[in-house]
Amino acid sequence: MQFVDQANQFQSRIRVWCSGEQPGEADGKSVMQMIILAATEGTPMRIEADGPDAEQAVQKLVELVDSKFGEE
Amino acid sequence: MEIKKGIGVSPGVVISTAIVLDAEDLVIPKRYIDASAVDMELARFQDAVQRSGRELDDLRQAVTAKYGKEIGNIIEFHRGILADASVLAAVEKEIRQRRVTAEYAVSEVMRRYAANFQAMSDRYLSDRVKDIHDIERRILHNLVGAKEESLQSLTSDTVVVAHDLLPSQTASLDRLHVRGFATDVGGRTSHTAIVARALGIPAVVGLGNITAEVSGGDTLIIDGNRGVVIINPDPEQLTEYREYERKREQVERDLQSLRDLPAVTRDGHAISLQANIEFPAEIDDALPRGAEGIGLYRTEFLYLASETEPSEEDHYRAYADAMGRLKGKPLVIRTLDLGADKYTQARAASPERNPFLGDRSIRMCLHDIPMFKRQLRAIMRASVMGDLRIMFPLVTTLMELRQAKMVLSDVMEELEDEGVEFRRDIPVGVMIEVPSAALMANQFAKEVNFFSIGTNDLIQYTLAVDRTNEKVAGLFCPAHPAVLTLVRDVIRAAARNNISCSVCGEMAGEPIYALLLMGMGLTQFSMNSPDIPEVKKIIRLTTLEHARQVARKVMSFDSERQVMHYLREETRKIVPEVF
Repeated sequence: MQFVDQANQFQSRIRVWCSGEQPGEADGKSVMQMIILAATEGTPMRIEADGPDAEQAVQKLVELVDSKFGEE
Repeated sequence: MEIKKGIGVSPGVVISTAIVLDAEDLVIPKRYIDASAVDMELARFQDAVQRSGRELDDLRQAVTAKYGKEIGNIIEFHRGILADASVLAAVEKEIRQRRVTAEYAVSEVMRRYAANFQAMSDRYLSDRVKDIHDIERRILHNLVGAKEESLQSLTSDTVVVAHDLLPSQTASLDRLHVRGFATDVGGRTSHTAIVARALGIPAVVGLGNITAEVSGGDTLIIDGNRGVVIINPDPEQLTEYREYERKREQVERDLQSLRDLPAVTRDGHAISLQANIEFPAEIDDALPRGAEGIGLYRTEFLYLASETEPSEEDHYRAYADAMGRLKGKPLVIRTLDLGADKYTQARAASPERNPFLGDRSIRMCLHDIPMFKRQLRAIMRASVMGDLRIMFPLVTTLMELRQAKMVLSDVMEELEDEGVEFRRDIPVGVMIEVPSAALMANQFAKEVNFFSIGTNDLIQYTLAVDRTNEKVAGLFCPAHPAVLTLVRDVIRAAARNNISCSVCGEMAGEPIYALLLMGMGLTQFSMNSPDIPEVKKIIRLTTLEHARQVARKVMSFDSERQVMHYLREETRKIVPEVF
């Protein structure tokens, strides 16, 4: 949820790839698609943004994932 | 064009455009829409999403305040999905490209997501299926709810197609424009049937899956007389039905002229014709049609009309209202005859395996004395206002009758202690509608003031046929010799013991049985008031002597087909225009 909320702050299109047991891609702004992507802890993922604030978006989202969503 | 056969529960014929109400808690059938309706369906969907969102916002606030942020987060998740552009786009695409209703599109898209979730190995994620179902239900509820609301302010005539109408749905119907009902399930005592008869509009129930076969905007012919619904009729059928409607109106007008003439045979024997009602307001229709009183006031609607059990005052208001309208004419109130229906089954601690043989009617009342007493107190209080009589339904043993009478005398005592006025000698009767009671009519007659034969249940229990079950409904027949023997014996037992006896089942209102019942010695008929003029006409055109001959002959037959055939012939000789 935090990820999607954050993604929705940006204008850019945001795609997320995940290459774990069940590889797939999702719209980073869609709760439903992100859940179905099932990226659990430890799954390698790639975040791609396309648009005016793309760079900023990727930076923020990577930060969020790295911080383990501010948990712990 | 398609013809569907169901159970006609409210007479009349209507040709009109359909509105289909889906049930949010059932599988939504795939229903196509016209290209011109796509924009409207999209708007309905967006509206339902918005309403759902507002509901969730309110819910989140309330829940967070009460249980903290953790629980609030679950709702936050639901809210997130409702705001998820990819989900909304999927539903909209479904509506646009496959031209289905918003209801079907939502359930289809959600079903796909749910299947995705279910397939996940992660337990936390696969559990989210419940959330998906939750969200689906919320949107559907708002879709269906909005449609129900739209039924309050229709601009043109329409017929309502639904799985089963709920009291909450019928309470707010636009009575001017709703012209008929057709439902998947139900029987004569279902809510839909009761409301339709009260409104005087045709209804056919027990149609199986009509909600799946009709799309909003289809033209339907609902024929409540024959229990038939025709979907998108061809021009010949439309002409035929328009002609039929016109003829019926003509016959109706002719019968109206009989209104003020007495129901007396040509050899001078008077028969009393009364009406069956569900609402006091129906008395205003019944009296002008020639009813001499109300032979059966079904009180179930008081219970079915609201979600909560009626209070003593609710009962009293209804009974006082009825007494006021009758101005001294007799009123027979049947005590609560519920059971084997949605209302009671929903309240039952555990569903019954065989509700028609279960805790229904007088049995239910004797199991809930406080509830029973509330009704009896109201009846007794209204008893001072005129000729009020009380009748217990579905009595099977003498013990039950005695218990019910005991509760009644308890009530009288209480009222006396409280200084409330009532009529102590109120006539008390039983409905004879179970074979055991019919066989013991002679004994019952010694303990009551009157009988009323409820033929619908008597047939069901004698022939072991549930007529709402389409596979066996054909076996349901009042003309079965076993049924006729019971009816005749009950009438005789009443006569021998000098108590009055009427028939208040549907048989009483069917013209072909009028001669037979009179010939068996019946002097009181109670029926739905639209049937009164026709029966009266037959009575006025025959003699008791002839009716007796007919009855004797009928009792010599050994099959219902012979009986029906003979009675139809005899009746046609008297009133050829009825058939």
